[in-house]
Amino acid sequence: MTDVVMPQMGESIVEGTLTKWLKKPGEHVERDEPLFEISTDKVDTEIPSPAAGTLSEVMVEEGKTVGINTVVARIDENGAGAAAAAAAPAAQAAPPPAPAPEPAAPPVQAAAAPAPPPPPAEESAPAAEPAGPLSPLVRKMARENNIDLSRIKGTGAGGRITKQDVEGYLAARPAAAPAPAAPVRPAAPPAPAPVAAAPATAPLPPAAPARTRIEPLSTMRMKIAEHMVLSRRTSAHVTTIHRVDMTAVAKMREHNKAAFQANYGFSLTYLPFIVRAAVVALRQFPLLNASLDGNNIIYHNEINIGIAVALENGLIVPVIRAADEKNVLGLQRSVVDLAARARSRQLKPDEVLGGTFSITNFGSYGSLVGTPIINQPQVAILGVGTVDKTPVVIHDAIAIRSICHLSLSFDHRLIDGALADQFMTKVKQVLEGWTEEVQ
Amino acid sequence: MRNCSVRELGRMDYASALELQRRLVAERQQGAIPDQLLLVEHPHVVTLGRNGHRENLLASDEILARAGVDFHPTDRGGDITYHGPGQLVGYPILDLREWKRDVAAYVRGLEQVLIDTLAAFGIAAGRIPKLTGVWVEGRKIAAIGVHIARWVTSHGFALNVSTDLSYFQYIVPCGLTKPVTSMAALGIRAGLEDVGYVLAGHFGRVFDCQMPVGAPAHSGARKRETL
Repeated sequence: MTDVVMPQMGESIVEGTLTKWLKKPGEHVERDEPLFEISTDKVDTEIPSPAAGTLSEVMVEEGKTVGINTVVARIDENGAGAAAAAAAPAAQAAPPPAPAPEPAAPPVQAAAAPAPPPPPAEESAPAAEPAGPLSPLVRKMARENNIDLSRIKGTGAGGRITKQDVEGYLAARPAAAPAPAAPVRPAAPPAPAPVAAAPATAPLPPAAPARTRIEPLSTMRMKIAEHMVLSRRTSAHVTTIHRVDMTAVAKMREHNKAAFQANYGFSLTYLPFIVRAAVVALRQFPLLNASLDGNNIIYHNEINIGIAVALENGLIVPVIRAADEKNVLGLQRSVVDLAARARSRQLKPDEVLGGTFSITNFGSYGSLVGTPIINQPQVAILGVGTVDKTPVVIHDAIAIRSICHLSLSFDHRLIDGALADQFMTKVKQVLEGWTEEVQ
Repeated sequence: MRNCSVRELGRMDYASALELQRRLVAERQQGAIPDQLLLVEHPHVVTLGRNGHRENLLASDEILARAGVDFHPTDRGGDITYHGPGQLVGYPILDLREWKRDVAAYVRGLEQVLIDTLAAFGIAAGRIPKLTGVWVEGRKIAAIGVHIARWVTSHGFALNVSTDLSYFQYIVPCGLTKPVTSMAALGIRAGLEDVGYVLAGHFGRVFDCQMPVGAPAHSGARKRETL
């Protein structure tokens, strides 16, 4: 067996990220054949195999960052192995005199180490440390978690303590007696252990585990943030909420669901009905389909409805153009198409421009009511809550109906509450008395 | 002192340059050729490093195609970047065993070459800790991404000389939301050949190798950068 270790790629480099295995466990590999790739600060490096044989064990998965000299895999030289195995210990006796006081013999890695020069031996360890070489990663974990390493039984090659051993110990620790009795972080493990010999390296950060993590905003996130604050600053937001009985729509949907799936390959949801109702109401109240530009009102003759689509780390509002020329089928088709292409980043730039009114369907995530932010330079946005079967009073009797809450955020600079509620009443009226064919 | 050949390739598409690098890397690994410094200018192309994130590509394939920009995944370190006309791209093929077996020192060396080159044109550029590349007042002027196989380097650096910076809008360069700049944007008008000539000299000094002396390869009239 030959240990394959994370090589040292430079004096100041103490760890590397294993980015790709070029061989799978069980596969044969030739000596010097590329075995895996590592990444360190803008440099990708192919690492050749230190020996010929079968890749018998992979200890470090892709994407993990480990300290140098961490064993990442083992190679079984089986048949041809005898000679190689015999050569290993011999080679191991030969390396330049290591100043290491470590009693236990390092594993075969000395012979196995690829191109880079044998790393300087580990620093002498604090008294409490167990015998056997420790990887910088293990030292670091011990330091950060305040672990007395002599309490851990190593399961690695030659009884060495592996990362997994430390993790196992940590997992078990809360139940068992916590290692140090002293209250405040004691100086217990003096831990001078500079990771390898890094002369100019800054001292490692203090032992406390990080309480925060800093990550720059994505470009999309920055744009969303900018837009949201701009909108809040620009418009006088007011939100009005109406309760809508969707039972007629639910029936229509039930009736056509199977046919939609069979004929068009997509399901029929509530959303296109709501878009359609909004379009009818926008035609009646064109001020909600307008923009405000300085002291002018811009009335848009087209009704282009933006549909908010949630992405993994953001949000985009593709636009259904000429939405007033589409029936429920056409609207559903547009919604499905735009959402799919938004998620796969296939939208064309003009498909997110030119909206005159927006709809956001937070009900699909279970929200009852929301107060959406206007998509500038529009003046209103309709929020759609979840559709739930709810007991309601009709003609002094209790009935079970499909109920949905629709909220309209509007710009009070241009639109007054009376107009907003007239608009919503129209939307409600269309939905509650649904008669239009859907296809 | 080691020798290092300088090959000025002029305008060459990314795939051809990649193919050439692969061939030279193999020859360098076998010791058949000395160290090389390739200097090239690419047509519009967006390249994505092996560990890059596709989401840092902000444009769809269609938009890129319409803008005449190729997209090319590749095997260097680093995230996403853009190459195009007006950018001096350098691909050193060095055997680091003959210099220093230290990839971090190599990257710092490339930065030094770029910093010294920019200084020769009166631009004070520097490093930002943990953000590989060369920066001028918080703006990135040169990007670095390297591949190493058996201590032989490939890929390298890209210095914005008179790059049309608007093409960077299609990507989040190197996954960082920091602005980019160019020598031209900083008021320095220089041709790629002249910058390459100065750069080769600093390259030889930083990496301890003998660069051929003489006039830049392109002696003809300076090409007009097309947009």
